[in-house]
Amino acid sequence: MILVWLISILFVGGVIAWLSERINPNFPRLIALITVLLDLALMLTLLGAEPSSGGWVASVEADWIPRFGISFYLAADGLSVLLLLLTGFLGVIAVGSAWDEIKERSGFFYFNLLWTLAGVLGVFAALDLFLFFFFWEVMLIPMYFIIAIWGHENKNYAAMKFFIFTQVTGMLMLVSILALAYFHYVQNGVISFNYHDLLTVQTSGSLEMWIMLGFFIAFTTKLPSVPFHAWLPDAHSQAPTAGSVILAGVLLKTGAYGLIRFAVPLFPEASMSFAPIAMTLAAISILYCAKVAFAQTDIKRLIAYTSVSHMGFVTLGVYAWNEQALQGAVMTMLAHGLSAAALFMLAGGLQHRIHTRSMPDMGGFWAKVPRMAVVALFFSVAALGMPGLGNFIGEFLALLGAFQANITLTVVSAFGLILASVYSLWVIQKIFHGEYKNSEFDDSHLTDLTRREMVYFGAMMIGLVWMGMYPQSFLAMSQPVLLELLNGTEELFAAVVQN
Amino acid sequence: MNITLADLIPLLPLLITTGTVVVAMTAIGIKRNYTLTAVITIAGLLIATLSAAFLMPTTNSQVTPLMILDQYSLFFIIVTCATAMFIAIFSYPYLADLDDNKEEYFLLLGIATIGAIVMVSSNHFVSTILGLETLSMSLYGMVAYPVHSEKSAKFPLEASVKYLVLSAAASGILLFGIALVYAQTGTLQFASVVNVANVTEGLSAGFTIAALILVFIGIAFKLSLAPFHMWTPDVYEGSPLPATTYLATIGKAAMFVVLLRFIEASEALTFESFVLVVSLVATASILAGNLLALLQDNLKRILAYSSIAHMGYLLIALVASYFVQGSISVEAVTFYLVAYVIMSAGAFGVASVVSSSEREFDSIDDYKGLFWRSPWLAVVFTGMLLSLAGIPLTVGFIGKFYIFFAGVEAALWVLLAVLIIGSGIGLYYYLRIVYRMLLTDDEEQRFDVAVGNNLSSHAVLAFLLVLLVVLGVYPTPVVSIIETISTYIL
Repeated sequence: MILVWLISILFVGGVIAWLSERINPNFPRLIALITVLLDLALMLTLLGAEPSSGGWVASVEADWIPRFGISFYLAADGLSVLLLLLTGFLGVIAVGSAWDEIKERSGFFYFNLLWTLAGVLGVFAALDLFLFFFFWEVMLIPMYFIIAIWGHENKNYAAMKFFIFTQVTGMLMLVSILALAYFHYVQNGVISFNYHDLLTVQTSGSLEMWIMLGFFIAFTTKLPSVPFHAWLPDAHSQAPTAGSVILAGVLLKTGAYGLIRFAVPLFPEASMSFAPIAMTLAAISILYCAKVAFAQTDIKRLIAYTSVSHMGFVTLGVYAWNEQALQGAVMTMLAHGLSAAALFMLAGGLQHRIHTRSMPDMGGFWAKVPRMAVVALFFSVAALGMPGLGNFIGEFLALLGAFQANITLTVVSAFGLILASVYSLWVIQKIFHGEYKNSEFDDSHLTDLTRREMVYFGAMMIGLVWMGMYPQSFLAMSQPVLLELLNGTEELFAAVVQN
Repeated sequence: MNITLADLIPLLPLLITTGTVVVAMTAIGIKRNYTLTAVITIAGLLIATLSAAFLMPTTNSQVTPLMILDQYSLFFIIVTCATAMFIAIFSYPYLADLDDNKEEYFLLLGIATIGAIVMVSSNHFVSTILGLETLSMSLYGMVAYPVHSEKSAKFPLEASVKYLVLSAAASGILLFGIALVYAQTGTLQFASVVNVANVTEGLSAGFTIAALILVFIGIAFKLSLAPFHMWTPDVYEGSPLPATTYLATIGKAAMFVVLLRFIEASEALTFESFVLVVSLVATASILAGNLLALLQDNLKRILAYSSIAHMGYLLIALVASYFVQGSISVEAVTFYLVAYVIMSAGAFGVASVVSSSEREFDSIDDYKGLFWRSPWLAVVFTGMLLSLAGIPLTVGFIGKFYIFFAGVEAALWVLLAVLIIGSGIGLYYYLRIVYRMLLTDDEEQRFDVAVGNNLSSHAVLAFLLVLLVVLGVYPTPVVSIIETISTYIL
C-alpha cells in the first residue's frame, strides 16, 4: 500500500502546488518541497521492511482492466528501493535547484516536476507490463512541458525531439508487450500482463529476437545508447536546471532498470545471442560520446555526452550478465545519478549567473568563485572514476564483470576511463583556471555558491563518498535481487563465453 | 406483416427525435424564437438519449426487415444522440449573432440525427441508403447554413457544393456496388456473399469482389479515407464549426458502424484481394493523413487530416477482425469510435466555444499563449490533442491500445509498423498546437475567453474532459459494456 501512497502523494501534491500559485507565488515551491520530503521519508520506512518470500518489501495488487488481464500491480524489492530512494533524493535536490531559478508560472512548473517524479516511481515499482508502459509514458508529458516552457533558446526543437524519440520507441515496446501477452494467451489460455506470468512464456527463434528488440530499442533510447542518443544533448542543453537534474539523474535510469528487470530476464536466449551486439554498441557509446563530448563548447551539451558515455558502462554490465557486472551497472546508475545531477546543477548555476553556456567565453573563475570551483572539481573527479568515490566502484565492477564475458570489448571500453579524465579535467581547466575572462558576458552576478546550494552539493558529496568508501550497504540491497534474476539464466550466458 | 405497438417501443429514440423535429418546426411556424427552438432540440435529444439508455439492457429485436435494434445499435444511438445534443449546445452561442434566420439550423441538426440513428441500426441496404441520404442532405444544409450572412468570413457555399457533388458521386458508386451485391445474393439484407448460389447466371467470384470494392469505395468516401479524402479539408474548413463537428464525429461514427456490420455480415474479408484493398487504403490514409497534416496551419484542416489518419487506424482493427478469434477487434473498433467521438467533439468544441459565426478562430496562431490567458480552455484542448495522439491518462491511449492488441493478435505486422510511423508523425503536429498554447502571450487579445457568457458549452467541455480522463484511467465499465454488445455484431 505504501507504494500507492508514494505515487499518489506526488500526483496530489502536484495539483495542490499548481492551484496554490493563485494564493501566493511562493507557495508552489514550498508545497513541492514538503511533498518530496514526505515521499522521501516514506521511502526510508521501506528500508526497515521485512522482505517477503520473493524478496518484495512492499507490494499491492488489484484488478484494473480484467478484460485484458491487466492488474494494478506495484511491488518493490531491493533494486527498486535503491532506485526509488535515488528518485526521492534527487527530487528534493531538483526542487532545491529550481528554488530561485523558476520565477514564472512556478505553480505549473512544480506540478510537472512532481508528476514526472510520480511517473518515474511508477516505472520503478510496476510489475504489470501494461502499468509499466502506462507510467513509462506518463512521465513524458510533464517532462515535455518542463523543457518546452522553461527551457532555453531552442526549446521547441529539443522538447519535440525528446518526445518523439521516446514516444515512438515506446510504441515499439508496446507492440512487444502485447505480443508477449498474446503468447501467454496462446500458451496458457488467459491474457496476462503480469511480470511473473510473462516470465514463464516460452518464445523462441527470430520472433523472440524481434520482440526483445522492441524492448531493447525503447530502453536504449531512454538510456541512451548509440545510435538512439541524438535527443539527449538537445534536451539537456535546453532544459532548465531542475529538468536536467531529473533527466540525467533518474529518467535515464529507467532505461537501465528496464534492461535489467525486463529486457534480459524475459528473453534470456535472444538477449544472449544479442549480447555481443549490445556490448559493442556500449563500447561505441563509451568511446564515441567521450570523444564528441571533448569537442563541445556548450558546457551542458558536454555533460550530456559524458552521460551517454557513462551509461555505456551500464549497458556493458547488463549484457555481461553476471553478478559483478550487474552490481557494477547498478552502482554506476546510482553514482552517475548523483554526479551528473550535480554537474548539471553547476552548469545551470553558472548559466543562471552569467547567462551563457559557452566555455570559450569562460576562464579563470577560481579566484572569483572558489567554493563553486572546488565543488566542480570534486564532481568532475568523481565522474572520471577516481577511486574512493561511487563512480569508480560502479565502472570498475562493470568492467570486471564484462571481462569475464568479452575480453576484447572490455579492453576497448576501458579506454573510456582515460578519455573521461581528459575531458573532465579539461573542463575544469577551461572554466576555472587560466586568465580571468569576462569580455563576453556581464559578470556582476557571478557570485559564489550560497549556503543553501552548498547544502545540496554537500549531501550529494556525502552520497558519493559513501558509495565509494562503503559500497557494501548498497550492494547488499541489490544482491539478492540480482542473484534471483541471474538464477537459471547465467548458465546460458556463461555457455556463450566458453564457445 | 403487422406492426404492433410493442414493436414500436424499440424505435422510441428514433420516434422521439423525429417528434422533436416536428415540435420544433411547429414552434417556429407559430413564432420564431431562437432560444426556444434550441431548448426544444436539446431537450428532445436528451430524452432520446435517456430512452435509448433505458431500452438498452432489454432490447434486441428486428423491427421490420430494415432495422435491427440490438444492444449494439442502442449503444451507438446513445453516442449519436448525446453527441448531437452537445453539438446543439455548442451551436447555440455560435449562431446567436447570425444576421439571418437561424432557427432552422436546429431542424437540420435534428433531421441529420434521425439519419444517423437509422444508419447505426441498419442491417439492410435500403435503410442504409435512407439513413445516409437523410444525414447527408441535412449536412449539406448545415454546411451551407451561413450562406446568406454578409459577415461570414468562410466559404460555406463552396464547401457545401463540393460536398454535395462528390457525395452524390460516391452514393452512385455505392448504389452500383449494392446492385452488384444484390445480383449475387438476391437480397438487400446484409448477408454473406461467400458460397451463395448465384442468383444471376454467369456471375463469377470476380463480380463479388468488384461489388465489395465498389461498396467499400462508396463508404470510404464518406469516411474520407485516402485516396478518397480530397474533399475533407476544404469542407471542414469552409463549414461553420458546429457543422464541422457534426461531420467529423457523428458523420464518421455512423458510417463506420454500417461498414462494420456490412463487413462482418458479408464475410467480405475472406477474399484476399479485398483484404489487400482495405489494407492499402488503411496504409494510404494513415500516411497521407499524418503527412499532409504537417503542412497545415489551420486548425480545422489539421483536424481534417488527422481524422483521415484516425479512420485508417480503425481500418486496421477492422482487417484484424477476420484473423482473430472472438470479438476483440469489433471491441477495438467500437471503443476507438467512442474515443474518437469524445476527443474530436472536445477539440472542435474548444474552437466552437471561442468562435462565432462572424469570426472563427481556426488558425493555430490564434491559440498562442492560451495556457496563460485561459488555463481552463488550454487544459481541455491539450487533453483532447494528447488523446488524439494516444498518450496515456486519456481515452485515446486505451483506444490505441485496443487497436494494437487486435493488430498483434492478427499478426498484422506491416500495418502495425505503419500505425507506429503514423502516430510518430502525428505527435509532431499535435504538439505543434500544444506548443503554440505554451508560448508567452504577445498581449494581443485574440478572443474572449470568459467562461460566463456560455456556461453550458463550458459544462459540455468539462463533461467531455472528465469522460476523457476517466475512460483513460479506469475504462473497465465501458470495456465490459462493449465486450457484451460486440457479441451482437458477430
